Amino acid sequence: MSELDTLEKTLMAEIASAGDEAAIEAVRVSALGKKGSISERLKTLGAMSPEERQTAGPAINGLKNRVTEALTARRAELRDVAIQARLAAERLDVTLPVRQAPAERGRIHPISQVTDEIAAIFGDLGFSIAEGPDIETDHYNFTALNFPEGHPAREMHDTFFFNPKGDGLPPRLLRTHTSPVQIRTMEAQKPPIRIVIPGKTYRQDSDATHSPMFHQLEGLVIDRTANVANMKWVLSEFCKAFFEVPNVNMRFRPSFFPFTGPGLEVDIQCDRSRPGEVRFGEGSDWMEILGCGMVHPNVLRFGGLDPDEYQGFAWGMGIDRIAMLKYGMPDLRAFFDADVRWLSHYGFRPLDLPTLFGGLSS
Amino acid sequence: MKFTLSWLKDHLETDASLDEIVDRLTMIGLEVEAVDDKAALKPFVIARVLTAQKHPEADRLQVLTVDAGPNVNGGRPVQVVCGAPNARAGLIGAFATPGTYVPGIDVTLSVGKIRGVESHGMMCSERELQLSDEHTGIIDLPADAPVGTPFAAYAHLDDPVIEINLTPNRPDAASVYGIARDLAAAGLGRLVNGHVGAVPGTGETPVKVVIEAPELCPGFALRLVRGVKNGPSPKWLQQRLIAIGQRPINALVDITNYVTFDRGRPLHVYDAKKVAGDLVVRRARDGETVLALNEREYALTPDMCVIADANGADSIAGVMGGERTGSDEGTTDVLIESALWEPLNIARTGRTLGIVTDARYRFERGVDPEFMVPGLELATKLVLELCGGEPTRIEVAGYAGYTPRIVAFPVAEVKRLTGLDVPAQTSLDILSRLGFTPKGSGATVDVAVPSWRPDVEGKADLVEEVMRIHGVEKIAPQPLPSFGAVNGRILTTLQVRTRNAKRALAVRGMMEAVTWSFIPEAHAKLFGGGQPELKLANPIAADMSDMRPSLLPGLIAAAQRNADRGFSDVALFEVSGTYEGDTPEAQRRVAAGVRRGTARADGQGRHWAGNAAAVGVFDAKADALAALEACGAPVDKLTIEAGGPAWYHPGRSGTIRLGPKAVLGTFGEFHPKTLEALDASGPLCGFEVFVDAIPEPKAKPTRTKPRLDLSPFQQVKRDFAFVVDRAVEAGALTRAAAAADRKLITGVRVFDVFEGASVGSGNKSIAIEVAIQPVERTLTDEDFEALATRIVDNVAKQTGGTLRS
Repeated sequence: MSELDTLEKTLMAEIASAGDEAAIEAVRVSALGKKGSISERLKTLGAMSPEERQTAGPAINGLKNRVTEALTARRAELRDVAIQARLAAERLDVTLPVRQAPAERGRIHPISQVTDEIAAIFGDLGFSIAEGPDIETDHYNFTALNFPEGHPAREMHDTFFFNPKGDGLPPRLLRTHTSPVQIRTMEAQKPPIRIVIPGKTYRQDSDATHSPMFHQLEGLVIDRTANVANMKWVLSEFCKAFFEVPNVNMRFRPSFFPFTGPGLEVDIQCDRSRPGEVRFGEGSDWMEILGCGMVHPNVLRFGGLDPDEYQGFAWGMGIDRIAMLKYGMPDLRAFFDADVRWLSHYGFRPLDLPTLFGGLSS
Repeated sequence: MKFTLSWLKDHLETDASLDEIVDRLTMIGLEVEAVDDKAALKPFVIARVLTAQKHPEADRLQVLTVDAGPNVNGGRPVQVVCGAPNARAGLIGAFATPGTYVPGIDVTLSVGKIRGVESHGMMCSERELQLSDEHTGIIDLPADAPVGTPFAAYAHLDDPVIEINLTPNRPDAASVYGIARDLAAAGLGRLVNGHVGAVPGTGETPVKVVIEAPELCPGFALRLVRGVKNGPSPKWLQQRLIAIGQRPINALVDITNYVTFDRGRPLHVYDAKKVAGDLVVRRARDGETVLALNEREYALTPDMCVIADANGADSIAGVMGGERTGSDEGTTDVLIESALWEPLNIARTGRTLGIVTDARYRFERGVDPEFMVPGLELATKLVLELCGGEPTRIEVAGYAGYTPRIVAFPVAEVKRLTGLDVPAQTSLDILSRLGFTPKGSGATVDVAVPSWRPDVEGKADLVEEVMRIHGVEKIAPQPLPSFGAVNGRILTTLQVRTRNAKRALAVRGMMEAVTWSFIPEAHAKLFGGGQPELKLANPIAADMSDMRPSLLPGLIAAAQRNADRGFSDVALFEVSGTYEGDTPEAQRRVAAGVRRGTARADGQGRHWAGNAAAVGVFDAKADALAALEACGAPVDKLTIEAGGPAWYHPGRSGTIRLGPKAVLGTFGEFHPKTLEALDASGPLCGFEVFVDAIPEPKAKPTRTKPRLDLSPFQQVKRDFAFVVDRAVEAGALTRAAAAADRKLITGVRVFDVFEGASVGSGNKSIAIEVAIQPVERTLTDEDFEALATRIVDNVAKQTGGTLRS
């Protein structure tokens, strides 16, 4: 065995037994460093005769290459071992629960969600959204809506009044319906008018389906041709879109509201045979859902419009009520209790945005 | 308004079934609320007691055998245990088999064993069948009552009762006759002529009528009938009244009630012997009292109208008669009154006194003035029939007669308002059938309104009449014309902001609450409210009395309610109205929220990776800023000022301002006294953002975003730690640092705040990281040195802080 073979054997054994990066480096320095065993031998090449060099050169360089490769390979091996060890040490129990994202926990109240659904539908029909104050005058809530003073129709409203101010005017009140905004709208803009008015309304009444505070949706269309036939179309299109059913059967029957003439109430055909659930477009029950009618000529006059020139229709329905019908909440009072269990169950995720292109509800 | 089918058929000749009548009523605007087809009484059959023997184990019970006809028990006698004292062999009564529901005791019968003896049914009392309160014994029928036939049919109790939900505009339909007229007009039969002939009288009515308040009494008719014999009214009359929920009193009173419902004509009867002198119709005197027929005393005011005699006020006109002159079984001479009253005055009087009567109901809606005298004739006729007697001639005071209102009716209005294509003649025929009198045949017809329709004022009302009788269901829906363009934004800025604030706060893990607009007075006062003009005169409950000045008290109370149910970590928000005054402008739009316990945005409660800390002022601040950001407020221009309204912790609250004047929000932990007053416990923090105070964004001609210039040079961060007085606000320090070079410094972030002995007592250390973005060239060490010096100098100048060594 030549001396070079012996050296190679020794170095290879040292490389194989090197347990870490430092040991490898020590082997490298001992072999390939400035004074390393291989480097020293390479230096001897210069003094050799060409013949000697022809055999010794490739032998020493071959040894250098093989040792270099072995060093690299061993390094890689050691790194893999180290990574394996680290990975094993870093193992975690991935079944541990993560924190819920706030957006998963947050909720939008059904009233807000349904109001957005309504806006999506009526926006598509060319309507805008109007609003008005909760505290109203007798004029806007009653007189301008053709409720004569002292008329029994006023008593149907169970009005909340404020104390008289001693200014000789009738006391202010909490609006009993969103209809005062009809007048405010007529005063502020000229026809054509197509608005819907969501908002809080108040009546002195409390049970499972009545609350002293509730939410109404008023609609108003005024132009030169709007008639009962148009009103029937708008309301049935709304109900279909809102309840997300292909068909609804609606029954319009004559009724009375001081601010309409003719006035109508609307029943919707439904199946209530399953507890806690109302299905529309089927069944044999009729459920009252809204009141509507042609705007009374006196109301148009109070709004500054000539009833022989302009005409239109209006309607009012309970937002809470249609929310209950669509989503199945059994008791209106729970809407105002802020019980987080109820909100979590009946509320909507913040990124559930009702649109017509993506569906009102998911 | 209730009536029975047979009563309706007194006035309407029709072959229509009950269902057809009910459907039609609803579709012509007389909404049927309930129909009682008397099915509940169908199972009761007439039965004869064959034998009656004492119960072997009970003194008060008898064991009967009963023959209930061939359809019960195969015609064999049935054994029944009975406790009625009048049960005896031979009695004929109403029998119920096992399985029958007995309405008066709300029980479905089964075969029972009473003290060891089986009972296979029940002989019923009137109360058990809800016919009357009579319960001293079982029903005892005449000997010729047909055994085995339905009891209800025999006793005329199978007459269906229809209840209508009458709208307040239709006084004419507050009578069976008026309902029949509407049905006949709608093609459901023929209206029987309702003309009432005059009953001739003899001699003048000795009691005269003096109307001192003609503005309240447009007419008064009176007649005396002498020599009547009052007593219970006949069975048919009693049954009709009972069927519609009226209690029979005596014949004279029952007649007035009958005419009230039959023809919508309220009447009053006086015992003439109790009336002193003439009847005077006048305003009540201040403080005057009247003992009414319901045996209650009412204190009246001059706004109310009374009928008085020489002994003083007696009746509350149009509302309720007086006890003093009321008729009873001993009445022999009766004065019958048929009068007209001013509707609004009746409504006001009834409301003020809290009296609800069938007379008031009709007078306040408006009774037919032309039926004042016929109504009196009809009553006279009935009195003569049922009680006998001799009438005087009718005395009429104050009545000026009826001048029909004439409405110019362009027939095309029907099409214009409803879309219905009804031939003109069809429209006019409908009106004629309802009692209107059209004159002429052109495009516009003059239509005379009948005396019983005070609600019809204009042409729209006539359209309504045509529409409801012709049929609303015949109107085919027509699409609303499209505006022919894509609809633009339909929400106002305030509405968009409201919506965005809600979504942004929900994304932060909060739940949207909707709380009452009215809160307890004490809570309102605590939050700066409680003004007299925001106090309800008639709150539904004492703790719902004042319009809220802030959303916070309602939310804190809601959070506490949840905590009391075991949910202590709750985050709630609301975006809604608050009220600074009673004008529309004083209603604010506020976004507010509270967090309780550990309900922080990044998680709540205990967790293996680290428990959530209690909520605090910085949670509230983050919520407030998130809401403002979502509303489009210029967040980079906002300033935060220490301290807020009194309901917050003075050292842990802040006010968010835009410029020197506008306050856009407040936030903080709550003052312990606030929580105590609200009965709430912490940790609790909250915020309010005044959505309507955020300035409207400037209208821009395009939606283009500002140009973005990205520097090619590397951003550099440098840290500084300053020692400042404890009172120095971090905000002041970061502002001072940032002001050192507004071009190069792109951000200043506080990354450490420290207090301790090493920085001296009364001091604190604030460490900041300054982001420096070179824009024109890479900065040299000298450049950085100079910038650092400017930062340190500026901080020293503005805050007195020194670089921590």
